[in-house]
Amino acid sequence: MATNSDSNVNKAVNVSELIAKNKKKKSINNYMEKLVPTILFLLASITVLTTIGILYTLISEAVHFFMEVPILDFFTGTELKPLSQNPEFGILPLLNGTIISSLIAILVAGPIGLMSAIFLSEYASDKVRRIIKPLLEILAGIPTIVYGFFAFTFVTPLIRTFWPQLEATNILSPGLVMGIMIIPMIASLSEDAMTSVPNGIREGSLAMGTTKLETTVKVVIPAAFSGIIASFVLAISRAIGETMIVTIASGSSKNFSFDITESMQTMTAFIVEVSGGEAPAGSTLHYSLYAVALTLFVFTMIMNLLAKYVSRKFREEY
Amino acid sequence: MSITTQKKVQIDVKNNDTTTESKTEQPRVVYDTKDLNLWYSETHALKDINLEVTENEVTAIIGPSGCGKSTYIKTLNRMVELVPGVGTTGTIAYKGKNILDNSMKVEDLRTQVGMVFQKPNPFPKSIYENVTYGPKIHGIKKKSLLDEIVENSLRGAAIWDEVKDRLNQNAYGLSGGQQQRVCIARCLAIEPDVILMDEPTSALDPISTLKVEELIKELKKKYTIIIVTHNMQQAARISDKTVFMLNGEVVEFSETDQLFSNPKDKRTEDYITGRFG
Repeated sequence: MATNSDSNVNKAVNVSELIAKNKKKKSINNYMEKLVPTILFLLASITVLTTIGILYTLISEAVHFFMEVPILDFFTGTELKPLSQNPEFGILPLLNGTIISSLIAILVAGPIGLMSAIFLSEYASDKVRRIIKPLLEILAGIPTIVYGFFAFTFVTPLIRTFWPQLEATNILSPGLVMGIMIIPMIASLSEDAMTSVPNGIREGSLAMGTTKLETTVKVVIPAAFSGIIASFVLAISRAIGETMIVTIASGSSKNFSFDITESMQTMTAFIVEVSGGEAPAGSTLHYSLYAVALTLFVFTMIMNLLAKYVSRKFREEY
Repeated sequence: MSITTQKKVQIDVKNNDTTTESKTEQPRVVYDTKDLNLWYSETHALKDINLEVTENEVTAIIGPSGCGKSTYIKTLNRMVELVPGVGTTGTIAYKGKNILDNSMKVEDLRTQVGMVFQKPNPFPKSIYENVTYGPKIHGIKKKSLLDEIVENSLRGAAIWDEVKDRLNQNAYGLSGGQQQRVCIARCLAIEPDVILMDEPTSALDPISTLKVEELIKELKKKYTIIIVTHNMQQAARISDKTVFMLNGEVVEFSETDQLFSNPKDKRTEDYITGRFG
């Protein structure tokens, strides 16, 4: 008995002693505990610092440009002739190309993407959804250079067979192909928004004698509206920033026109062309690159802020 | 979806005739369930249910979790079909018409039979839009008429005084009990004959529960009410008749007073005295 209880007591003492000993060793761990958040913070600030750095470069270089070309001329000029005897630097032709191509893209992707989302979230069985959704997302994984080639060598010739006025490089087919490219983005994000609408709301509507379609249109889509709009805005901003497709399939005419059969240049394609080597460093043309890039940056930033604002404004709480 | 449910349905013409004949003087039978069996894929959830629900009465269905009471009430407006792989046999005659028959349009049935759910489920819209949702979808567009419907329905659900000054606010800003009464108002707005309630107070606090119970007693005058409840005291307080279900079967069905004071079946007695469940 006595030895037994003794050994018990000894054991307990041993464990607490061991823990106390180990605690002393843990001082390194304690040090890490304080260090790790600092390391994480530094890593996280890399993104922010990079953004600030890029913005600084863009602005400081663009200032050179605006010292030579008045800011008003830049934003209201309809002529972009950087290499002529009397060079003109109006951004409107580029803005026009960007807006038209993005508009065509969203006209294609909006309806198709939204319909796909409705099908996937409201009508498709689990099995069908599990097959179709990854397939849709493959579309998003195709490199844009492939899309560009597809637009130039397949879509344009195809449309020309029944619409011969279409030029070999034009803004229509890259617009259409960009639309196809952003379908998965709209479909996938809108589907997420609609799937997260609670089932109780659907049941509440169906229990009042409405059809599935009525429930989808009158209850589910309004409830998911903020998410759907956000997906549209993000998709547009993706189309605005898209470079390869328009560079390949729309040519490089700095054309201020609303005729979609003509070749036009977007802001992104202009940057590709100029940074391709034509511009001597320090020339106005060289600096114009930064002015255009800054405009593009502001443009996409506005779209992203708009997406955030819209999704907050139209959120239906549930 | 309705096709899978209908596969096993047998049409019972004889039964349809008897219900329509028996309405002279006697209280009218609204729902007449005969030999109802229901399967979720392989699970036999409802076994040989035979029940009659009478007009302008509150019929309570009690029983432990998983006894099939929710499944049964959802069969009465065929919401049970939203679960894939549901199959039924037998008949449920609603006012003499077999609702499990292919010729029955669920949209018509659900316009006459409203439902209130366990968790308040208002639409993420204003209180006004919640109530006008049903009438609008069924083709009522006149503003003055809709205003009238909103007031009458909200009064009917005993919540008019609480919300009349904020009809254009989102229904989600209300408390759980208020939301549930807005859901009842939404249901009243299309003037159904029957209201099915699937544990309508289980997500509510005691005071809201009391309000909803008062409301049910009031609604009984105009509507036939079938209520599933976990709460035996609630069944005793508000219902005229009570059904006790166990493992998918109806164990006992009688006047509420009798079932609670003098149960015929040993299992009913064990359940209501708290020996299990």
